Amino acid sequence: MSTALEIRGATKAFGDKPVLRGIDLDVARGSVTVILGPSGSGKSTLLRAINHLEKLDQGFVRVAGELIGVKVKGDRFVELHERDILTQRSRIGFVFQAFNLFPHLTILENVTEAPISLARDVAESREKALILLDRVGLADKAAAYPRQLSGGQQQRVAIARALVLEPELILFDEPTSALDPELVREVLDVISGLAGTGTTLVVVTHEIGFAREVADRVVFMDEGVIVEQGTPAEIFDTPSHPRTREFLSRVL
Amino acid sequence: MSNILRSRSTERVPATGTDHGRDAPTAPDSAELERFAARPIRPLRHPARWIITALVVVVALNFAQTLFTNPAWEWSKVGTWIVNPTILKGLRLTLLATGISAVVSLAGGILVALARLSKNPVLSSLSWLYVWVFRSLPLILVLIFLYNLGNLYPSIGIGIPFGPQFQVKTVSVLSDLTLGVVGLSLAQIAYTSEVVRAGLLSVDAGQLEAAKSLGIPRRRQFTRILLPQALRSIVPAFVNQIIGLLQASSLLFYVSLLDLFGVVQNLGSTYPTDIIPLLVVASIWYLVFTSVIGVIQYYIERFYARGAAREVPLTPLQRLRRAVGTRRPTGAIR
Ligand SMILES: Nc1ncnc2c1ncn2[C@@H]1O[C@H](COP(=O)(O)OP(=O)(O)OP(=O)(O)O)[C@@H](O)[C@H]1O
Ligand SMILES: [Mg+2]
Repeated sequence: MSTALEIRGATKAFGDKPVLRGIDLDVARGSVTVILGPSGSGKSTLLRAINHLEKLDQGFVRVAGELIGVKVKGDRFVELHERDILTQRSRIGFVFQAFNLFPHLTILENVTEAPISLARDVAESREKALILLDRVGLADKAAAYPRQLSGGQQQRVAIARALVLEPELILFDEPTSALDPELVREVLDVISGLAGTGTTLVVVTHEIGFAREVADRVVFMDEGVIVEQGTPAEIFDTPSHPRTREFLSRVL
Repeated sequence: MSNILRSRSTERVPATGTDHGRDAPTAPDSAELERFAARPIRPLRHPARWIITALVVVVALNFAQTLFTNPAWEWSKVGTWIVNPTILKGLRLTLLATGISAVVSLAGGILVALARLSKNPVLSSLSWLYVWVFRSLPLILVLIFLYNLGNLYPSIGIGIPFGPQFQVKTVSVLSDLTLGVVGLSLAQIAYTSEVVRAGLLSVDAGQLEAAKSLGIPRRRQFTRILLPQALRSIVPAFVNQIIGLLQASSLLFYVSLLDLFGVVQNLGSTYPTDIIPLLVVASIWYLVFTSVIGVIQYYIERFYARGAAREVPLTPLQRLRRAVGTRRPTGAIR
């Protein structure tokens, strides 16, 4: 079992407020990891640090063995050029809580924007985008604009958009938190459908049911550290740490 | 009316005996409501709107009448002046100066705005300084300054400080028109850059994050994601700038450039009896320009509104139809 994602000693403060306080995490290739934790515990910051939308103060992130956002120079890490970071990011999908679709582009253009801008073949990109839209059940919406879609549909487009570059790792930051309860299911189903396809998924979510069904590992974070991690059964049925127990008692 | 009266008379007094029910309009019973439900709902009427409209129309018609009855307008002279070659020459200069300055100021404005928003402290302070200077100085002062540039710097050039220099005579390279356009552009760039900056800031930060996370190259993040969304709010403000520019171009008269206004001013002193028709001619031309710009603006805005609303904005014709035919069922958009 090879490592898709490796985080070591990730540390980050906003001003003098520590948000990540030394995170170590290994994620196996093709697995599904769910990150849980109370609001403000640093889940989003950790996820954003993985594709270098957020710079770490110390520590490093490696995806498939490659350092993200930094390189080794002499005896320390130095930041990469934006151009190189963008190339690395194109191999890491990111799905936002607020969807962040491009409102002035059609659904199809939203999905093809990245491959076309990376000088991939236009016709081929379209074809692939349509296949992906079909997979998330939105092939008939290709010509619509994002605001003409429901929240759940928009998030499914965002997932197709993240998939089009065939990333080895996809990060989801609370993908269903902005959705009405009846729309949550359709998005979670799409995400579940990705499990076991070889793509590594890291999902921040409060959907315990989803975590139980789909996750290979559950990671519980609090105040910028990983308090405990294990299989869903271990974390949900026999949590060892009092803070995990307290959190679960509130959300379950 | 009669329905309401009837329902009043049959109202049931609440069993609790409070007298709230007496003043408040009581709902008709449910059988009645069901009958009403089958009828089309009458839209709210706006009688005050119609009264005000009628008053405005009366005043407008009164004024319009004077256009024909008051001989001082001298419409026959307007007809001949409006295509007079001297006027048309002034017109050409106005259009040229406005057009060039508009294009230069948009390009320059985008650059200055980008410099202002850049993380490079030197660029951003220079940009701030530029905007500060040219927003502070009245345009006329800038123009007259430029006009006298030959006195201030008899020759201009560029070179390595204390090293080799490249120099030319100021007066020989900068024609009056060039000076005029440079003056207008310098001021316009400062204003436009703020318009552009406001537009760029109005785009949600999540848009750039999404573009970044997809690995879209920097330049394309700007041209394809950020700018098109910013233009939605930039266009109306920028068109305002162009119209201001059109009028500001009349200041070129003070640096001896004969634009439309300058020509009219000159002709007015040569033919003092024709001053009113001449002013009318100038007004008509300015109105024509502004209208043309307005129509272009409308279609540009429509273009950049793609995806912004669930429905496409109406064309003027559709809007007119909707305004006149208030009774037509709404919501039907072709
Ligand atoms: N750009 C920022 N500047 C300053 N503080 C920030 C910034 N981003 C996040 N924080 C702070 O860092 C802490 C962790 O934020 P983060 O968004 O990672 O939490 P989270 O676990 O994702 O919470 P939630 O479940 O509410 O999304 C919070 O206290 C937040 O206020
Ligand atoms: Mg968060």
